[in-house]
Amino acid sequence: MSATPIAAQPPVWRRLIGFNMLTGLALGIGGWFLGAWIGGQMAVGHPYLQGTDQNDVGIYMGYLFAVIGWLVGLGFANYPIGRLLGRAPSLRHHETGSWTRYFRLCTDHKVVGIQYLFGVGIFFFIGGLNAMLMRTELLRPVEQAWPASQYLTLVSLHGTMMIMMTSAFILGPFGNYFVPIMIGARRMAFPRIEALTFWLVPAAGLILLSAIAFGGIATGWTGYAPLADEGRAGMDAYVMSFILIAISLTLVGLNLMATILTMRAPGMSWTRLPIFVWSVLATSILMALAAPVLVASMTMVLMDRAANTSFFVASVGGSQYLYENLFWFFGHPEVYILALPGFGIVLEILPVFARKPLWGYRLAVAGMLGVTLLSFMVWQHHLFVSGMNAGLRPFYMLTTELISIPTGFIFLNAIGTLWRARIRFTVPMLFALAFFFNFLIGGLSGIFLSDVPSDVTTHGSYFVMAHFHYTIVGGLVFAFFGAVYYWLPKMLGFELNETLGKIHFWLFFVFFNLTFFPLFAAGFLDMPRRVSTYAPHLQTLNIFVSASAYVIGLSMLIFIANLIWSLVFVRQPAAENPWVSRGLEWQVPTPVPIENFDRIPVITSGPYEYGVPNAPPVADFAPGALPAAGR
Amino acid sequence: MSRAARALAVAAGVAFGTALIVYYIVSYLTVSPPVVAATGSKPRVHLTLQTVASFGNPPHPDWVSYLARDPHGKWVHSTVLRVPAYSTVDVTIYQFDTATGLRNPFWGQPRGTIGGTINVDGKTFNVLNPDLASHTFAISDLGVSVPLKGVADNAKNQCSVAPCTLSEAHTTVTFSFKTGKPGKLRWQCFVPCAFGFPLGFGGPMQSIGWMDGYLMVQ
Amino acid sequence: MTTIAGEPVPRHGVRIFAIWLVLTAIAVPLIVLVLGPHLPPPHMTVESVDQRNANIVMTALLVPIALLVLVYFIYSFVFFRETTDAIVDGPPIKGHAGAQLLWIVLTSTIVLALAVWGSYTLIAGAHGAGGGQGPDPAAKPTGYQHALPVQVIGQQWEWTFRYPTYGGIETRDLAIPEHTLVAFHVTSLDVTHSFWAYELGVKADAVPGVDNIAYVNPRHTGLFQIRCAELCGLWHGHMSKKGRILASSAFQAWISAAQKKNASIVKYLPKYSRVYYPAPLRRAG
Repeated sequence: MSATPIAAQPPVWRRLIGFNMLTGLALGIGGWFLGAWIGGQMAVGHPYLQGTDQNDVGIYMGYLFAVIGWLVGLGFANYPIGRLLGRAPSLRHHETGSWTRYFRLCTDHKVVGIQYLFGVGIFFFIGGLNAMLMRTELLRPVEQAWPASQYLTLVSLHGTMMIMMTSAFILGPFGNYFVPIMIGARRMAFPRIEALTFWLVPAAGLILLSAIAFGGIATGWTGYAPLADEGRAGMDAYVMSFILIAISLTLVGLNLMATILTMRAPGMSWTRLPIFVWSVLATSILMALAAPVLVASMTMVLMDRAANTSFFVASVGGSQYLYENLFWFFGHPEVYILALPGFGIVLEILPVFARKPLWGYRLAVAGMLGVTLLSFMVWQHHLFVSGMNAGLRPFYMLTTELISIPTGFIFLNAIGTLWRARIRFTVPMLFALAFFFNFLIGGLSGIFLSDVPSDVTTHGSYFVMAHFHYTIVGGLVFAFFGAVYYWLPKMLGFELNETLGKIHFWLFFVFFNLTFFPLFAAGFLDMPRRVSTYAPHLQTLNIFVSASAYVIGLSMLIFIANLIWSLVFVRQPAAENPWVSRGLEWQVPTPVPIENFDRIPVITSGPYEYGVPNAPPVADFAPGALPAAGR
Repeated sequence: MSRAARALAVAAGVAFGTALIVYYIVSYLTVSPPVVAATGSKPRVHLTLQTVASFGNPPHPDWVSYLARDPHGKWVHSTVLRVPAYSTVDVTIYQFDTATGLRNPFWGQPRGTIGGTINVDGKTFNVLNPDLASHTFAISDLGVSVPLKGVADNAKNQCSVAPCTLSEAHTTVTFSFKTGKPGKLRWQCFVPCAFGFPLGFGGPMQSIGWMDGYLMVQ
Repeated sequence: MTTIAGEPVPRHGVRIFAIWLVLTAIAVPLIVLVLGPHLPPPHMTVESVDQRNANIVMTALLVPIALLVLVYFIYSFVFFRETTDAIVDGPPIKGHAGAQLLWIVLTSTIVLALAVWGSYTLIAGAHGAGGGQGPDPAAKPTGYQHALPVQVIGQQWEWTFRYPTYGGIETRDLAIPEHTLVAFHVTSLDVTHSFWAYELGVKADAVPGVDNIAYVNPRHTGLFQIRCAELCGLWHGHMSKKGRILASSAFQAWISAAQKKNASIVKYLPKYSRVYYPAPLRRAG
């Protein structure tokens, strides 16, 4: 272990002007004006830019320089510049023990995990606020609360924000924090890249929010061109933020893949790998392969808007199918980027509170890898009625329905694990079990959408909307909260209030279902997505849904209250292993030491050996015969 | 700092941040042009509008736009119009923009007006050459669609800054239509007249207050 | 069954199966007979009836699957819960090859059967099921050569309709005759829209530069709802109107009236074409 003594802390004012979030913001804002000015010079002589009062080149240059300024201000340039100047590389972690490390570039994977948790969480709640405002508009079948353009911006902001933030909802906080600990490593494979992936997220989130100041976004999260070409300057924010997020996701994927493949502790064989780590591995493959395609499609939109190209304008040789295919080639793996970590979380939580080994471990792995493979072969089911080659539809119908086989494995794992178990209904377990209820409905409703005759009516309707909210909110978000209640005692070192947790769960679970189940009916009854006007006879149903949605909002406020109450007011230190879990991450002290392990442990047994007679402990933490450092 | 003080600081910070974000979003959501009422009273009212090639003022000096004249005779930059229900609305539109031409020539035929005709500079028409159209005034829910003839490209004394005055080159289009039950209807222009935008349909064409608006039937 | 430590173990599997069987026996007839007729879309065309049948079959098939999982989970919550505060490990069962194989075989069979059946209804049975099939439909109904062509033109933000066999006239309203095969040729002048005629069971994206064909066979007269199902900009939610299926004679009367109304504009309309590339692309000057 590197026994660097912790240096005395400089005074706070000294720390404020170092490389941190404030300097990042300052340089980012400065970069915006510099870039916008350069873009203004570039636009001279181009009437399609100057005459529209919307110089897209200037906006893109502004965002680009703002991001560069943000990253330089955070200190991302220090290392490469230092190397250029011939300084010795320093791998020392920043200011251990100080709260300010959460607001600056820090290469400790545990700090990055917590940064992700709060960073992504804040944007997640902003996305949720948009949903509340949307439901307010939908209280009446005519336009009432917000004008149509603002309503569409709400829809787009909600969708885009949620997709962007939930993509890293589990891999960001829990992947970064726990994967190295769970595989017995001291850090991630690429710690600086790890920090970069996080700091791109707030940049993307803030840029997306800036769309409001530029006239909003009118395309929904799918951003279909050529509507995206026409859009107001807010569309530039959409394009830029999606590019940043896609870069971040690609790097997250590569980093986690490299970490899991190369940094496992001795004895951590593929069959002892925690199932959560398997799900992270599967997800990171999807991220690394799918997210770059999003960069490509977004860059084309950027070119169409800023450089007057016509990738997507039919009358001059473009095709909107190019966009739709590229987008969904990213977009469908994306929904499994959202779903797979959820599978991992719930299968990780189930054995702990069922007190039984994970039933059918290899089947679960096969299921996740099967989903990974198949998810690249289904994207055209989003285009069943688009006028694509009609002969291909049976193929995509088949592949889409095939994907329910590996997904079904996850259910079988749960069924087997619960068989004659000794279930304890803790808050994380409740969320994990609710996942299966919600995902069951979400998955089965997906079969309707995969069947072309049925899809003709349900495509583009609220049925689709209800379906993917059942899988993403009912699946991923429930798994996320399960993970929060399960792992937060280890991450932050404090217990969360269980009563408030249960209130949060029951309100969320009941009213989530009351919100989204009726929306299947709305879709069946002729209500298209993304409209603020609908058939008057659906008003009662929509009022009911809005009222339920508000209760979901309330349950989230209870969660926030629980966080503040438990972490700031009560501060009851958590036990080191409150759930009596066999997971390796629960065997390390709380708070987790700076490099996780004194010595790299030797894994001696799988993590789910509950009830196995004479099962050895999960790892040997003081392997005397082995070298103490290295991997 | 004591635990209680720190806790209160965190709670206050969260509340402040939330309030800031809510304010940021809601203040955007509630922006809407002022409502301009038609002059006269039920069952016959009068609306006076103008279209300008470029608004000439902030926030978008180069955008094409509609303006409406309020009951005091003042030109207001708004497209939210209020008319009574079950009434006849006489509309006068002073058209200061040059022709762009319709994307779908079908809209060159006036529809939904009383008599199916419009009056352009004193002459009655039941069809307008679609290439001469500069804008349309269309309330789809009432079936109203009226093409507006553009000013000749070489006309002298063209208007540059809104509001335009009648001494500048313009065409005058008048027509009447009937309103039905109360409601909030949308109206728009069908001519792809947004300069510089792909397909001519971005910017002002998708912005309420410019080439789109509401007809509040009350 | 087996015993553990001398205590008889209840036959959980049999119980769960019995509960599921009873619930399924109640649910499936209810779905087919009671819920089925109310499943969408309404039965105005042959295609919408096919879609409804697909919905009924799938609901009747998927509800038992859902019931199986739900019954199992609820049963396990009741019987497999830890009643004390102690943390006691359960039996260390790590898997069961037979159960896994059975599950894989069962789910694969259901899925493959669904896919085969879905493809059959799509191509042979329902002739495209009312969905847009692109310019070169793979599933053509009999007599498609004699179908009445109706062009649906999406534009920001209105639908218009052209009848090429009636002089290429264009209308704001859509009417089609009953008992006549209709071929909707859906296209767009600007961005992507989606033509959704709910009661007809028709949905076809309106794509600029593409002639997206959907066939439909109206069964009886009545009104149907037209909407846009793909976000197309500011007034996307307002692109709705009512269409009509008319008796043959009424349709003829309607179309002659429409021709008369069209007389003044028809000379300005472009020649009927499967797709249009209208100018201007970007407005100059």
